[in-house]
Amino acid sequence: MARQATIESPLHGLMAEFDSAQALLDAAHKVRNAGYTRTDAYSPMPIHGLAEALGMKERKVAPFVLAGGIAGMFAGYGLQYWTSVIAYPLDIGGRPLHSWVSFIPVTFELTILFAAFSAGISMIVLNGLPQPYHPVFNAARFSMASSSAFFLAIEATDPKFDAGQTAAFLASLHPREVVPVDH
Amino acid sequence: MDVSQKDTQDPLGALPIITPGYSYASITDKLTALVLTKNTPAAWFAFMAVGFTLLMGLMMSLGYLLVKGIGIWGNNIPVGWAFDIINFVWWIGIGHAGTLISAILLLFKQDWRTSINRFAEAMTLFAVACALLFPLFHTGRPWLAVYWLLPYPNVMGLWPNFRSPLIWDVFAVSTYGSVSLLFWYIGLIPDLATFRDKAAKPIVKKIYGVLAMGWRGSARHWYRYETAYLILAGLSTPLVLSVHTVVSFDFAVSNLPGWHATIFPPYFVAGAVYAGFAMVLTLAIPLRAIYKLHDFITMRHLENMAKVTLVTGLIVVYGYVCEAFFGWYSGSLYEREMLRLRIFDGYYPWAYPTLLVCNFLVPQLLWIKKFRRNITVLFTVAMFVNVGMWLERFVIIVTSLSQDFLPASWAIYSPTRWDFMTFFGTIGLFTTLMFLFVRILPMISIFEMRTLLPEAATKSKPEGESH
Repeated sequence: MARQATIESPLHGLMAEFDSAQALLDAAHKVRNAGYTRTDAYSPMPIHGLAEALGMKERKVAPFVLAGGIAGMFAGYGLQYWTSVIAYPLDIGGRPLHSWVSFIPVTFELTILFAAFSAGISMIVLNGLPQPYHPVFNAARFSMASSSAFFLAIEATDPKFDAGQTAAFLASLHPREVVPVDH
Repeated sequence: MDVSQKDTQDPLGALPIITPGYSYASITDKLTALVLTKNTPAAWFAFMAVGFTLLMGLMMSLGYLLVKGIGIWGNNIPVGWAFDIINFVWWIGIGHAGTLISAILLLFKQDWRTSINRFAEAMTLFAVACALLFPLFHTGRPWLAVYWLLPYPNVMGLWPNFRSPLIWDVFAVSTYGSVSLLFWYIGLIPDLATFRDKAAKPIVKKIYGVLAMGWRGSARHWYRYETAYLILAGLSTPLVLSVHTVVSFDFAVSNLPGWHATIFPPYFVAGAVYAGFAMVLTLAIPLRAIYKLHDFITMRHLENMAKVTLVTGLIVVYGYVCEAFFGWYSGSLYEREMLRLRIFDGYYPWAYPTLLVCNFLVPQLLWIKKFRRNITVLFTVAMFVNVGMWLERFVIIVTSLSQDFLPASWAIYSPTRWDFMTFFGTIGLFTTLMFLFVRILPMISIFEMRTLLPEAATKSKPEGESH
């Protein structure tokens, strides 16, 4: 089953399949403790603590949302100030040109609009989507990952990766099976 | 299977969110098979036929409107706003329940929302689409409306008037539509991946594959996904409250008796949620029967929706009381006369009592558990609320405008056949979009249903420790 991983090898990594969310989570902790860093887990629904168990530390979505929201706020208020006070000053019912109270609703809406799209777009871009091809789809049973199966992959680029030893290590985690995944 | 461990049972009763006995595979197969099948239920064709016919009526009435102008509608001074704004507010209000279910109930960790959030979100989108048609076509020549609706550097050097609630409304509703679409699409991505993996035909696989953008359920992806989803819910919550608040400003900022009241924002928001939940019930009950979704949309869901309907209905009635009190307490002759004309002997004496029957009396049935758990009663009450909330906007808009300050300028408004055709046409548009949606996309969020299964419960072990 285990094949030699050389530089020219088309091997993406080794993938173990587990029967339950709990088994996958436990395996992820063990893989991390064993020192593997280039790993990923695949599940049909979010499992709390799984990304952290694999060592994910990135928290970029929230800062992007904050930045987007602040940009939206300035864009909204700036647009209204510029059009009403500078570009086309128009006396409407004797109200001041800079009627800041009236500018709040649009400022608020644009804050939400920019923040929401920052959340959606940053999630998609940070996840590297759209991604037309990924090697994990080459595994025969991987199509089950979107319905009922749980997978854990250790990639061949991991510094600790050794086809034989890693396969033996994965097999010790009581998976359903361990398969090599090609590019 | 002990379902209660995952708190899927009602603490007060014994109604589960999902009928026990499902696994990841069976829940996926059942919900996927609703779409990836050649067997379309006969009822689907029946609803589609009615919806599509009405939609053709909409096309015809809008086509005629573009040729002749908005003179084909019944609204004219003093009733410059009538069916167009009534229907706009009605549809926008209906949309609000979708966001409430998908965002606010998510933040409150109400697990039961999972079975109904997807189609309620779709309902929001389609309701917003129907709503937008009205102000757009009320402009008469929508292709010229762009420069006073949207700020763009046009050749005349003109900009919209940002001191007007009407322009706030443009921003509020378009933001609401865009954010709802984004929230809905992001929620769909993992389920589109399921469809991609389950579809048998290559072309179907390809279409869902493109829409799923290569989603593979990676743990890191799920982490960012959940963060973004929660943030979107958090952003949608103030957004949905702001939208109907801004819609109410269209009225409340004016000086017209019957419109100029500070109770309007909360009263409109409650009315929106009330109308929306009635519409979710109106849709959920037939969909549940047609697609045999009794295991996922259980009596628990219907009963919870009935409770929300009852509570928001009472807030709306409180709004009626406040409105009347403000009118009387203002001491203004015009406010007091408007109330007298609206409630007793104005041009439309039938409207207010009918409104009270639909929105106040009939929903009181929902206090009784037996009625909350009776499909026929629930559906009937929901229909009464649908009608009642439409009448509420009729009463607010038409009675206030038709008889305002100067008796010499009073006039009776009556809608024309084109008004009715456009209104029923949007119901056709809504029905058509809704049934197309249930045919080609998952109407229940499959991945979220998986998280509700007892086997999805996990315990994270502290590193290096073994239990």
